[in-house]
Amino acid sequence: MSAGKSLPHDAAPLHVTGQARYVDDIPMPANAVHLAFGLSTIAHGKVVSLDLSAVRAAPGVIAVWGPDDFDDMPDCSPSAHDEPLLATGTVHYLGMPLFLVAADSHLAARKAARLARVSYEDWPALLTVDDALAADSRFEQGPVIWAKGDAPRAIAASDRVVEGRFEVGGQEHFYLEGQVAAALPLEGGDLLIHSSTQHPTEIQHKVAHALHLPMNAVRVEVRRMGGGFGGKESQGNALAIACAVAAARLGRPAKMRYDRDDDMMITGKRHDLRILYRAGFDDQGRVTGLEFTHLFRCGWAQDLSLPVADRAMLHADNCYHLPHIRIESHRLKTHTQSATAFRGFGGPQGMIGIERVMDHIAHQLGRDPLAVRLANFYAASDGRGALPPALARPPRDISEQMKGRQTTPFHMEVDDFIGHELVADLVARSDYAARRAEIAAWNAASPVLKRGIALTPVKFGISFTLTHLNQAGALVHVYQDGSIHLNHGGTEMGQGLFQKVAQVAAGVFGVDLAAIKITATDTAKVPNTSATAASSGSDLNGMATRAACEVIRDRMAAFIADKHQVPPTRVRFEGGMVRVAGEAYPFARVAQWAYEARVSLSSTGFYATPKLQWDRKAGKGRPFLYFAYGAAVTEVVIDTLTGENRILRADLLHDTGTSLNPALDIGQVEGAYVQGAGWLTTEELVWDGKGRLATHAPSTYKIPACSDRPAVFNVALWGQPNREETVGKSKAVGEPPFMLGISAFLALSDAVASCGAGYPALDAPATAERVLAAVGRVRGAA
Amino acid sequence: MAGIAFLLNGTPVRVDAEPPTRTLLDWLRENRGLTGTKEGCNEGDCGACTVMVTDARGSRALNACILFLPQLAGKAVRTVEGLSGPGGQLHPVQQAMIDHHGSQCGFCTPGFVMSMATAHLNGQTDHDDQLAGNLCRCTGYAPIIRAARAAESAPVPDWMNADHDFICSQISSGGEAEGRGGQTAPLPGLRPETTDELADWYAAHPQATLIAGATDVGLWVTKQLRDLAPVAFLNGIADLARIEPQGDHIRIGAGVTIAALRAAMQGPHPSFAELLRRYASEQVRNAATIGGNIANGSPIGDGPPALIALGATLHLRRGAMRRDMALEDFFLDYRKQDRQPGEFVEAVTIPAKAPALRCYKISKRFDQDISAVCGAINVTCAGGKVTAARIAFGGMAGIPKRAAQAEAALVGQDWAEATIRKAMAAMAQDFTPLSDMRASSAYRMQTAQNLLLRYFHDLSGHPVSVLEVTP
Repeated sequence: MSAGKSLPHDAAPLHVTGQARYVDDIPMPANAVHLAFGLSTIAHGKVVSLDLSAVRAAPGVIAVWGPDDFDDMPDCSPSAHDEPLLATGTVHYLGMPLFLVAADSHLAARKAARLARVSYEDWPALLTVDDALAADSRFEQGPVIWAKGDAPRAIAASDRVVEGRFEVGGQEHFYLEGQVAAALPLEGGDLLIHSSTQHPTEIQHKVAHALHLPMNAVRVEVRRMGGGFGGKESQGNALAIACAVAAARLGRPAKMRYDRDDDMMITGKRHDLRILYRAGFDDQGRVTGLEFTHLFRCGWAQDLSLPVADRAMLHADNCYHLPHIRIESHRLKTHTQSATAFRGFGGPQGMIGIERVMDHIAHQLGRDPLAVRLANFYAASDGRGALPPALARPPRDISEQMKGRQTTPFHMEVDDFIGHELVADLVARSDYAARRAEIAAWNAASPVLKRGIALTPVKFGISFTLTHLNQAGALVHVYQDGSIHLNHGGTEMGQGLFQKVAQVAAGVFGVDLAAIKITATDTAKVPNTSATAASSGSDLNGMATRAACEVIRDRMAAFIADKHQVPPTRVRFEGGMVRVAGEAYPFARVAQWAYEARVSLSSTGFYATPKLQWDRKAGKGRPFLYFAYGAAVTEVVIDTLTGENRILRADLLHDTGTSLNPALDIGQVEGAYVQGAGWLTTEELVWDGKGRLATHAPSTYKIPACSDRPAVFNVALWGQPNREETVGKSKAVGEPPFMLGISAFLALSDAVASCGAGYPALDAPATAERVLAAVGRVRGAA
Repeated sequence: MAGIAFLLNGTPVRVDAEPPTRTLLDWLRENRGLTGTKEGCNEGDCGACTVMVTDARGSRALNACILFLPQLAGKAVRTVEGLSGPGGQLHPVQQAMIDHHGSQCGFCTPGFVMSMATAHLNGQTDHDDQLAGNLCRCTGYAPIIRAARAAESAPVPDWMNADHDFICSQISSGGEAEGRGGQTAPLPGLRPETTDELADWYAAHPQATLIAGATDVGLWVTKQLRDLAPVAFLNGIADLARIEPQGDHIRIGAGVTIAALRAAMQGPHPSFAELLRRYASEQVRNAATIGGNIANGSPIGDGPPALIALGATLHLRRGAMRRDMALEDFFLDYRKQDRQPGEFVEAVTIPAKAPALRCYKISKRFDQDISAVCGAINVTCAGGKVTAARIAFGGMAGIPKRAAQAEAALVGQDWAEATIRKAMAAMAQDFTPLSDMRASSAYRMQTAQNLLLRYFHDLSGHPVSVLEVTP
């Protein structure tokens, strides 16, 4: 079996030799045109005049299209039909495309795009949460409110209450490969699109819609992306549509890639938000009642903001049983880039809220925040809470819990909670208790530099919350020489999906991985796919592929069994051989025989996630098949004179079920942690007072660099099988470990808290500047 | 023969009929179909376009996106397509990256393996510094560092020495002159070989743009989309790139790269050297020059505050005319320097000793970031009293500037924390810093003041930086 093996990424040899081909590397025909958008320079207003004469006259320009050149402006939205390809009179954000240039080179197109003479009528721009609230500018009629129990009453009845306001910044995806697409006109008006997208079917659908073609006239191919992280779920639509329009109008191939600065100015990022919280709790820190208000800044268009904000609500509990909770979620419309999907899809924003509450409660009580977290954990799935002795606490009344199964704020039973045993293991592995004591002693002797430590857990729901998206297809061929062609609807963005699914296929056929050809995602091979998103890639496509492989394998087994006069169940596929009735034939020979016996060696496969039932309006049901768990301990040091800070050590323990490929899973966990820590430390998006994004390049927007990773970085997988029937009993891994980075943020809070009596109330990202300000607050409160 | 000649993956190539500001990256991808070298940011900040460039001085990693073709005359360029052996054998760093799962999406990988292979060739194992200019968004870097460490002990493959051998053989046979034959090339743009040649030409063409490392001017082309003409490329001027000890002073030629300066400062001025370790990235330090860092007049360049605190003298030249000034006097106002048309920075002279010099860089990210505040402090004491103080800051004004009030509050006083506190208060009179995307005005002021306190702790031998703390 190759499933479960730590094999390298299938394309690793191509990556390291520069042979891995990305969209911009595909050789284009000599008559190809290159596209660029001209962008608005104001955040909100009316385009009074758009003079494109200088653009048209620029060297190398082949065509220029403004809004007047479209009878029916193509729409780029994945949800609400509210994203015109080009601004039609009204500018909604600074950086919005106004016109489209086609030129004979990328550089010529970029140069020409700066030559337009545009005059605007400036309108007041809503840039902040407060602006939008004051103007009641929002998506949906009003806030979405979910409640369980009676939170206001429970809080009123509590001895102790904390409340606070927490600003959480957004995040630029900074996929290393920027957005790019290419369109090749085919005969009869058909189109082949190459796109760096997580969602080929969406590209196909939007291109077909833009050109008034049926979907069968558009084929989309995606071999790989140079990173996606959610930023290529919907944000590639505009480029693909632009290329398709240019190709159709000019009858020439067209390619478009955003320069990095344009990419950051045009495309959406992770949603920033303000979280308001009010929590009642007892003297052990157990939350008795809790109210959250999420104020999401969604930007100018709806995009995926509603499900993102939903998922924040769905993770407002994280690992904690909250008997009385009320969550109010505002999806505010502002004149900024339209915030979009980003690894975690709102989950991190929801989760960091409750982790902040736990931290705040612990500070009020003077307790170790870990003890408060454990006091609030959901009951163990086996009815026992396995706590480390070091954190033993007075027995608690769990009668309420034991009477009925514990449910989330959205009334889903939590029946697979492994937080207790996982955290206990991590506490031991990381030597948490001793280190916490040692840090306290060190801080007492260190006036300027202070260290901090925090352990935070993760519980992340797996499945698309839009239930119908939880389906996938695959197409598998076995050729007469025994070689296997594998295709499925998932896309490869670096996560190793293709390799994992190939390992599943190799396992079914009992062949070496080398027998399997991994092929580009192609809407002509597998139709109606969902985005490779929500961490679902392996779960969905692995199962669909297994189904397809099993159909073919069973046909081969039936054929060879019949030949040997034995039942098909007696046929075994292993080690590249087919074993039957004491004989062992090479897989390729059986394939040849089956072909000659006119047995079909091709099959589709299909999978739909079971058990899901969800009413998002009511906030009730089972939106997830299961939860993925993890926990992290991070230690940091801060400088109280400058606020400079760094991560010293991180210990991660993460649940990927029975891993399909431990090396790839560890890669996801390590990378997600660093990306999550980046979100909460150095990655700061800054807009100026006019709505201009000031941090639109890596010179000003700082993702973690090499030396920012923890100097000591211990990463382990939990390794216990998924309790649900997933492929190989594995669990999804793409998003959940991102939230392990929250431990870095709360370790910084811990370090700041050591400076004085006050609560740090640190906002995110915890830049040096914010850390220094928090040190000042803590000391001022003394 | 027309054009410029260089070696590309072991094969001599000649380029003509390209604009002088054609970048190596665009030429590789668009003209040669060598698409392994990637564009990630087009401004020298992500390293996806890293290539190895070799000349007689050795091999260096450089960003191809802000490297103009004429800068390559007579050199050897190796891209990811030329990293494996002639029979397709993987370079040890390539194999290690596979074995240690160092690639995920793979887009940054060609740049990483080129940086790693260059460091491997040069025997450098300070991986965090060598790779600070290569961004990866997928892996969190840990597996890449594991790969780099694993490859350390592997011998340098034979084929990796070919570029240097070729360059040396060209020099010994006089063949390099052919590479430099671009002197008369149709590619517009001067490539002088001596400072005198540059001085004469620039005096006659004062409107020209001088390009040394192109780490700033490169962005004028790739981001501002400016047409620069005429241009002169300075990286072939050997006598502009000298570091000369002169008794109790050191004269640093304007063409000295930051990498070379960092190496030279390690002995005499270790704190300055540490600051230069955090100056941009390996690729940028290999190209950028101290002359460029001074001449462009940026208020946030990291070189000038340290040089001013050292009491540097700037040497300017126009034709045959030379003049000297204190470096701080060169900076007049935001992006305005005391430099006449046709005049250029020829060198800077610093004292060979300044044991009390400390340089502190505050930025959002430790490596490869632009300073929010860069402070350099150099206080001399005798008999417990401050006898002299030079305190210079970047990021606090429109120019790199001395903190005159803070200095005055120190001089003649006891070297004590109380004195420092007075100087901190006085510094509020020295600066009115800006708020921008890097930091607020208030943070800049508070931090600059606190750096004086850090300096006091530092000279007392206390740990003062989070970089000194180990888990």
